[in-house]
Amino acid sequence: MATAVHQLPPEETSDRPPAESVVVRFAGDSGDGMQLTGGQFTLSTALAGNDLATFPDFPAEIRAPQGTLFGVSAFQINFGSSEIDTAGDEPDVLVAMNPAALKTNLGSLKKGGLIIADEGEFSERNLAKAKYDANPLEDGSLAPWQLMKLNISQLTLDAVKPFGLGNKEALRCKNMWTLGLALWMFDRDRQPLIDWLKAKFAKAPELADANIAALNAGHAYGETAELAGPMKQHHVPAAPAEPGLYRTITGAESISLGLVAGAQLASLPMFFGGYPITPASAILHHLSRLKEFGVTTFQAEDEIAAIASAIGASYAGQLGVTSSSGPGIALKGEAIGLAIMTELPLVVVNSQRGGPSTGLPTKTEQSDLYQAVYGRNGDAPMPVIAARSAADCFDVAIEACRIATQYMTPVMLLTDGYIANAAEPWKVPDTSAYEPFPVKFLEEAPATGFLAYARDEKGARPWVKPGTPGLLHRIGGIEKAAGTGNIDYSPANHQLMTEARRDKVAGIKVPDQQVEVGETSGKLAVVGWGSTFGPIHQAVRRARRRGLDVAHIHLRHIWPMPANLGTLLKGYERILVPEMNTGQLKTVLRDQYLVDAKPLNKVSGQPFRIAEIEAAIDQALA
Amino acid sequence: MNEMTTIAKSTPKDWESDQEVRWCPGCGDYAILKAVQRTMPEIGARPENTVFVSGIGCSSRFPYYMETYGFHTIHGRAPAVATGVKLANPELDVWIITGDGDALSIGGNHTMHLIRRNLDCQVLLFNNEIYGLTKGQYSPTSRVGTQSPSTPFGSVDRPANPCAFALGSGARFVGRGIDVHKNLPTVLKAAYAHKGTGFVEIFQNCIVYNDDVFAPFTAKPNAAPNQLWVEHGKPLLFDNGTKGLAMDTDRLVLKVVEVTDGDWQGASVIVHDQTNRGLAHMLVEMPTGAFPVALGVIFDDPAPTFESAVVAQNARASEGKVANLQKLLGKGQTWTVE
Repeated sequence: MATAVHQLPPEETSDRPPAESVVVRFAGDSGDGMQLTGGQFTLSTALAGNDLATFPDFPAEIRAPQGTLFGVSAFQINFGSSEIDTAGDEPDVLVAMNPAALKTNLGSLKKGGLIIADEGEFSERNLAKAKYDANPLEDGSLAPWQLMKLNISQLTLDAVKPFGLGNKEALRCKNMWTLGLALWMFDRDRQPLIDWLKAKFAKAPELADANIAALNAGHAYGETAELAGPMKQHHVPAAPAEPGLYRTITGAESISLGLVAGAQLASLPMFFGGYPITPASAILHHLSRLKEFGVTTFQAEDEIAAIASAIGASYAGQLGVTSSSGPGIALKGEAIGLAIMTELPLVVVNSQRGGPSTGLPTKTEQSDLYQAVYGRNGDAPMPVIAARSAADCFDVAIEACRIATQYMTPVMLLTDGYIANAAEPWKVPDTSAYEPFPVKFLEEAPATGFLAYARDEKGARPWVKPGTPGLLHRIGGIEKAAGTGNIDYSPANHQLMTEARRDKVAGIKVPDQQVEVGETSGKLAVVGWGSTFGPIHQAVRRARRRGLDVAHIHLRHIWPMPANLGTLLKGYERILVPEMNTGQLKTVLRDQYLVDAKPLNKVSGQPFRIAEIEAAIDQALA
Repeated sequence: MNEMTTIAKSTPKDWESDQEVRWCPGCGDYAILKAVQRTMPEIGARPENTVFVSGIGCSSRFPYYMETYGFHTIHGRAPAVATGVKLANPELDVWIITGDGDALSIGGNHTMHLIRRNLDCQVLLFNNEIYGLTKGQYSPTSRVGTQSPSTPFGSVDRPANPCAFALGSGARFVGRGIDVHKNLPTVLKAAYAHKGTGFVEIFQNCIVYNDDVFAPFTAKPNAAPNQLWVEHGKPLLFDNGTKGLAMDTDRLVLKVVEVTDGDWQGASVIVHDQTNRGLAHMLVEMPTGAFPVALGVIFDDPAPTFESAVVAQNARASEGKVANLQKLLGKGQTWTVE
C-alpha cells in the first residue's frame, strides 16, 4: 500500500475510483510454484508502474500431499492505476491449477469473474482428493463465473518438448506457462522475467530455455485465444506517483534494511541473534548477506539464546537485535526482562502470526499486542511500536533503533505475517534525509565519579563498553541500587527503581498522533494499528465519499502512546477499533483514556476486507 | 596483544571488588574466588579487558566480587550472553561462572552449544551436586538416592557427569579441580591458555545442603588413594606413586595396577596424553570407589574457535564491498517515475 508515494487523482475523492484496478489470485498445489509465479507477476506489475498490494497465502506444510485441499498455496495481487491499499476483497481473476485450488478459492471470486483452470489436472483422482463428486468444469456449477478451461499441463509439455526434460521436470514449467498467459492478459513486458530466468538457471541453461519457452507459449496462447472465448487483454495504466526511484519490497526486506539504516544512524555495528521461525526467518536470511554493513548474524540454538546473545552483544557495545514470532517471543520474555533491568539497548522484532501456541504459523494475526505491552513478569515496561505496511517497516525499524539507543531500553517492534510476506512498491528513500542519532559511549568517569546507573535528562543510564579502563562495574537481573547499580533489595530502593524504569519509558518522546483521513473531531474515529492500515484506510475513504463523518487514526506508537492521543480520541462521539485479534488495542485505549472504544474483530488468519470495515462504519453511525 | 608499555603486574587484591561477599561461611565458593583472584595476575590478565558472565545460583554471584566487568544474567543463559559478548568484541577475556543446575539442567542446551561451537572462553562449573540458592533440592549431578526437600525418599534419576557431557559435546579442553585444592590455579591457567572453550569442573563443597559429599576423595586421609592429578607426559599414578592406571587390553577399559618401587613402566602404567580424546573419556568416566577421581588437565587439544571463524567469514564476505546504504536500498529491479 503506497499511501506515502502515490498521489490521489481528484476523481478518487468523488466516488469509487473509475481508474481500473484488478485483483488476480493464483492458486495451485504447494509444489506448483504459485508463490514464485505471484512474486514475478508482482515485479512485472511494479515495473509497469501500477500501484499494487499482494497477499501470499500458503500452508504451514512445506509440501503437503499433492492435490489436497490443505495443500493449496495461493498468491493474490491487487494492482491498478490508482492508489492500492489492500490485496483486494474479491479476485477478478482466479487461476486454478487443480481442483483443490478451485474449491478453496472459488468462494472469494467476484461474481462474473474469470476462472482459468488447468483441465489437465481435473482427473478423477484429483477431483476425489478435492472432494468433488462431479467435475465442476463440466457440471455447470461454475455458471456464475466466466470459465476458461485449458489443458495447461499438456500445453506446457508441448512447449518444452524440444528441450528433452523428463515429464516431471517439464510439468514444473507449468507456472511459467501460466505466468506468460497472465502477462499477456495485462499487457506486461516479458523481458525482465526472461532475464531473471536466465540468471536463475545460469548453471542449467536447458532449464532456463524450457521455462522461457513455456512463458512464451502461454503468452502466445493468449494472443490466439483472444479471438474466441472470454479472455480479453486489459491494459491497466500506470498509477500516478511521486517522481523518484521505485522498487518492490516485502516487510521482511524492509525491516532488515531499516535495521541496517538504524545501526548506521546510531554509528554502531549490529549483532543479530535469531532462531528459525515462520514468518520471521526472512529477516535473518536478509541480514546474513549484509556483512559489509557491520552486521554479524548468529543463528542461535534456541529463541532464548538468540535474545541472550543479542543482549550480550549490546552489553559489549553493539546494537543487539533479535527477531521472532509469538511463540518465540514468549520464550524470550525472561531475557527481555533482563534487558529492561540492565537497561541495555535491544530491538526485538515480532512478526506476529495466528496463535496461541503454534497456532497458524503461516497466517496473519495481530494478537501479540498484550504480550508486547504487558507480557513479562514484574513491572517491566518497554516501548512498543508497530509497522503498518511493508514500506513503513523501514522507518519503524529506524525508530526502534533510535529509541533503544537513546533511552537504553529494549524496544518491541510489531509487524505480522501479512506485512512480512506481502510486497508493495516502495519509493527508495534518500538516506541523507534521516537525522543521525550517534551513540556516545561513556569513556571516562565524570568529575563527580562514575555511576553505572546515573541517569541523564531522558532517564537513560550511561553505556559503557567492557574494555574501557576505569569504569569497571557489574550489572545483572537482580534489583540494583539507584546510582551504583550494586545489588540492593531494600524496599525504598525497589520502589524508586521501579518508578525510574516506568518513568523512563513513559517519558519517551513520540510524535503527536496525526489523523490519516478526516477531521480531528467528529462522529466516528476508526482507530487501527499495524497491517490493518490498508483496509481501514480504504473503508474510511469510501465512507467519506458517501458523506459520512468518519476519520482514520492509525497508531505507530503503541507504548508509550502519543501525548495528544487521549484528547484527540475524546473529540469523537464514537471510536471503532478494527483488529485481527479479540480486542487488544481496544482494551488498552479504554484503560489509558477511559473512552468507549468499540471493537471490530477478525481472527480468521485472513486480512480484513474493505467491505467488512465499511459495513462496521455504517453500523457504528446508524 | 601488542602492548607498547609494560603494564605493572597486578596483585590478587587488585581483582577484589568493593562488594561484600555474601556466601555462607565455610562455602567452597570462597576458596574458588581466591584461586581465581590469585590466578589473574599470573596469567597477565587486565581487569578492564575481563568479563565475568554468570547465570543464576550461588556460584553466579561470583562476578559481583571480581573487580572486572561483570554480567549476572538469567538462569542457564550465561553461555548465550557470553557468546554475544565475545562475538561483539573478541578482544575481551570472557569467563563463564555457572553451577551444576545452571549449566546442566536449565542451561544444558546452551552449555552443549557453547562447547560444540568452541567459543574462546573459560567455563568454571561449580559442581556441588545440589541446588543451594533454592534451599537444597537435588540437582542433575546428585547421586541416586540423594534425599532433599523435593526428594524426601531419595532421588531416583541417574546423575549427569559434567566432564563426560562436555567431551560428548565436542569439548577441546576439559579440566577438573577441587575448591580448596592448591592445584586449582594450575588448571585455571591451562584453561585460560587454551584457545577455545576451556571447560573446568570444580568440585565445590556446599556446607549447608550437601556438606562433605565429596569427602570420599577430598577428605585428607582419602585424598592420596583417591585423587589422580593427571599431567601431560607423566604416568597416571596415584596413592603416592604406589598405584597407576593401565589398559585392560582385552576389554578396552582402564584398570588399576599396583606399582612397586616406582617401576610404573613395569606395571604398564599409561603416560597421560592430554590430546588423546579416547583416554580423556575413560578418565572422566571412571566409576568412583574402585577407581580414583581424575583431576587436572584431562584433555587439551585446541581447534579453531567460533568467534575467530565468524570474524574471518565476516571479513571475507565484506571483501571488496563498499557499505553504501543508499545503493543497497535501490538494489534489484527498480523503475523510475519521472
